[in-house]
Amino acid sequence: MSQHYPALLVIVPLLSAFLISAAGWLNKRLCFPIAVAALSVACFSSVLLLFQVLDEKVVLYKLGGWSPPWGIAYSVDYLNGLVLVVVSVVALLNLIATQRNVEQEFSEKIGAFYTLYILFVTGLLGIVVTGDAFNLYVLLEIASLTGYGLIAMGENRAPLATLNYLYMGTIGASFYLLGIGYLYIVTGSLNMADISAILPSLYHSKTVLAAFVICIVGVWLKMAFFPLHAWLPNAYTYAPSAVSSLIAPLMTKVIIYVMIRLMLTVFTPKYIFSTLNVSDSIVWIAVIAIVMGAILALGQRNLKKMLAYIIVAEVGYMVGGAWLGNRAGMTGAILHIANDALMTLCVFLVVGNIVYKVKGYAFEDLKGLFRKMPFTMGAFVVGAMSIIGVPPTCGFFSKWYLISGAIQAGHYGFMVALLFSSLVNVILFFRVIEISYYEPFENHHGQESHPGKIAEAPLTMLVPLLIVAAGLVVVGVYTGDIVNHIIEFAIPKGIV
Amino acid sequence: METITSIKPLLAVLVSLCVVPLLMSSRSPNVREAWTFVAASAKFLIVASMLPVVFNGFEIVYTVAEVIPGVAIKFRVDALGMLFALVSSSLWIVTSVYSIGYMRGLKEHSQTRYFCFFALALSATIGVAFSANLLTLYLFYEMLSFATYPLVTHHQDEEARSSGRKYLLYIVGTSIGFVLPAMLISYNLSGTLEFSRQGFLAGTGSRGLTGVLLVLIVFGFAKAAIMPFHSWLPAAMVAPTPVSALLHAVAVVKVGVFSVVRVLTGVFGINLLISFDFGPFIIFVASATILVGSFIALSQDNLKRLLAFSTIAQLSYIVLGVGLLSPQGMTGGMVHIAMHAFGKITLFFCAGAIFVATGKRNISEMIGIGRRMPVTMTAFFIASLSITGLPPCGGFISKWYLVLGSLQAHQMPVLFVLLVSSLLNAAYFMPIVYKAFFCTPQEAMFEKGVKEAPAFCVVPLVITALISMVLLFYPQPFFGLADMMVKSITGG
Repeated sequence: MSQHYPALLVIVPLLSAFLISAAGWLNKRLCFPIAVAALSVACFSSVLLLFQVLDEKVVLYKLGGWSPPWGIAYSVDYLNGLVLVVVSVVALLNLIATQRNVEQEFSEKIGAFYTLYILFVTGLLGIVVTGDAFNLYVLLEIASLTGYGLIAMGENRAPLATLNYLYMGTIGASFYLLGIGYLYIVTGSLNMADISAILPSLYHSKTVLAAFVICIVGVWLKMAFFPLHAWLPNAYTYAPSAVSSLIAPLMTKVIIYVMIRLMLTVFTPKYIFSTLNVSDSIVWIAVIAIVMGAILALGQRNLKKMLAYIIVAEVGYMVGGAWLGNRAGMTGAILHIANDALMTLCVFLVVGNIVYKVKGYAFEDLKGLFRKMPFTMGAFVVGAMSIIGVPPTCGFFSKWYLISGAIQAGHYGFMVALLFSSLVNVILFFRVIEISYYEPFENHHGQESHPGKIAEAPLTMLVPLLIVAAGLVVVGVYTGDIVNHIIEFAIPKGIV
Repeated sequence: METITSIKPLLAVLVSLCVVPLLMSSRSPNVREAWTFVAASAKFLIVASMLPVVFNGFEIVYTVAEVIPGVAIKFRVDALGMLFALVSSSLWIVTSVYSIGYMRGLKEHSQTRYFCFFALALSATIGVAFSANLLTLYLFYEMLSFATYPLVTHHQDEEARSSGRKYLLYIVGTSIGFVLPAMLISYNLSGTLEFSRQGFLAGTGSRGLTGVLLVLIVFGFAKAAIMPFHSWLPAAMVAPTPVSALLHAVAVVKVGVFSVVRVLTGVFGINLLISFDFGPFIIFVASATILVGSFIALSQDNLKRLLAFSTIAQLSYIVLGVGLLSPQGMTGGMVHIAMHAFGKITLFFCAGAIFVATGKRNISEMIGIGRRMPVTMTAFFIASLSITGLPPCGGFISKWYLVLGSLQAHQMPVLFVLLVSSLLNAAYFMPIVYKAFFCTPQEAMFEKGVKEAPAFCVVPLVITALISMVLLFYPQPFFGLADMMVKSITGG
């Protein structure tokens, strides 16, 4: 059994998706439990897989018994072992937390919704677990297509935003495919480990360079790296709340993982940091991404869109950190994949709770929320602290490594951009907190007690949210262990 | 110095954190306040129980978790931290009594929230006092910034909102903009953040870089209200008076000064500051703040704003004392943490008691108030003597040592600053006291007859005023702790 975890991780959700689809015809109430069961298995497998990685360093799984480079291989090391846990845990928590949102927003389409949901998660888990560059493309398309479907289920401008996303996303995925095609032409292989073994003799080949550029641009499009971000804010804003809080924490982070995987495993650090001389320029683009994301977020008058622009800035954090070319920066980028997934989940779940109770997420809808929903807003404050980067929440520690990396690389522009973004985040979040704390203005003087009615979201929404909020602090305190036992080994020794 | 591992510092921090759920779930105000007292007393007892150990020359350490290679969330109790923790934990008890009188007297709203965040703020304060490294200090410093925001903006009106913005802008803006990069650069220079007696930056960077770090740190801890980063403090006076009293005369502002002192002694180290000759810069910044703050205080009519500017000036005495880099100057500066705390909290208590009893905030409306509230105004007089630095009050000792210290350091201009500042202190306090007691019957703004604020308000201010006086004759344990600390960092 234990040697099959990598396969279980993908196969169980994949088959469950069909089961849910069938169950949707019979009895809608069956869909949710099946989905929970499927993701619990995935969650369980990913955690055990991580423990297995801690023992064995690399877990290789040959699908159908075919050996690479001919067969498809799933290969799990420290890097994707960590990301797998993040993806499956976030997907499961979000599934449970948003059950009521789903019932409220599209009670008629529950079967279709959960089918797409589970397929989307299957796609993401597959992207992370696979060791085959072409297989990654297939799973990327599964995740993307189901993602478009999920976002299009929203109201108002959701179909238009989806169409925009679909165009951009398809171009991105095609670029990636094209790049892999070039690599296949010169190396004759699609297995990542195999490609990286063949590449050193081809470092100066123009084809490899072209493959690299096309792959990276494709990946940047998919992760909404500024200035290729235009599809993201609308898509994430107009998506149904259960979808936003699934896609926003996971999609961009998984694509960041793909970029880091391409950098570390496929093209190898030696090629990207020594042979190519582009890291400095890319970090500067990241600086622009962070600054522009922050400035654009300042202009928003609704909570969800503001958070979406913060994601654009956060993508800049991770791309910049990964391209600094030193250990601290790479550690920060990998750590931030986990941390950013958790804190984005936290704030988007808060939006879900607010939408459930107040039916809106514009700034005007937030008035008086601290009195009405104290626990939800408490979790929001914790999430905000983490995104701002206040210790002991986890956001502080990834920022610590990123800035540390910037200082070691002598890239002070990146350091200033990170600090600037923290300060802008203070303004962004306290603007929201101010509205929900002060308004509507009342005269409090000489009134001993306020009758203030508490109208919180139901417990099934509140408990997962509070778990995530507490998780932000717990993960923060255990940063040392995560870095020393996992991320330290995820980065090749060559990077110092 | 020998160390003992004990969980007590962590308990001292956690005790007020743990009481928050109890406060929130209390059904009646009396139960809630009872829990506040339990927490305050427990905190004080835990802190006090470590005092003999510290006096015997031991340091108490406790490591929570290593979060970054070489840097842990870690506590260390030494003489300086002990001094500050004793002051703030003992005054929390007194302030809790006062809070009951004040908040109930004015029938304030959201009292549960108020007591919860007060407890949180005290946790953070003790955390800062017992921090063993810069990261832990920063953690609790930020926690304090955010925990005090709902206290400052308690009234939830337009004025509170704009003051709250200013408060966050200055305090969080400087800590993220200045302290965080300074901390990271220091870490990358030396590989550690642990405070040490010689300072961990010694011998790591050039004079220029060290100078930049020094500027970032001195101004970055804006809670110390060193000009030009001071104007959050007068703005924060919209808070209820007990908040101004404990937080903006003791906890928050002293956390700022304490952090500056801690970093000057534990990160840079006295020897490094002497060898790079950074003393004059610190003295200049502190002196400018003292003089300008006192001059602005002269022109204030709102009593709490006057006290705020007086606090800005007095805080810089502490920075000045350490900036003198002479043993007696440093002792004077550190003792001033305690002396100023007891004096200034009394003054704020008095301002609050006047507001509760008469509804007056402005000095021009307080003519003749001494006859109506004799106990309050007598306490006010005693405390203002202490702040001015005159016997028979504790403030005399710290000022005396500052004078000795400036002689020791051969800094004659500092003597002039101290002299002018004392005159200014007298010039803005004494007219208030004079007008309160000695005015013609025509001038008096109050009817005859004694009518004090509720006993919950008056008793605490009498206690703190008496302690201010006692401290001149018996300045222990504060003086002993400051002395120990100075001896350990100068190696004397």
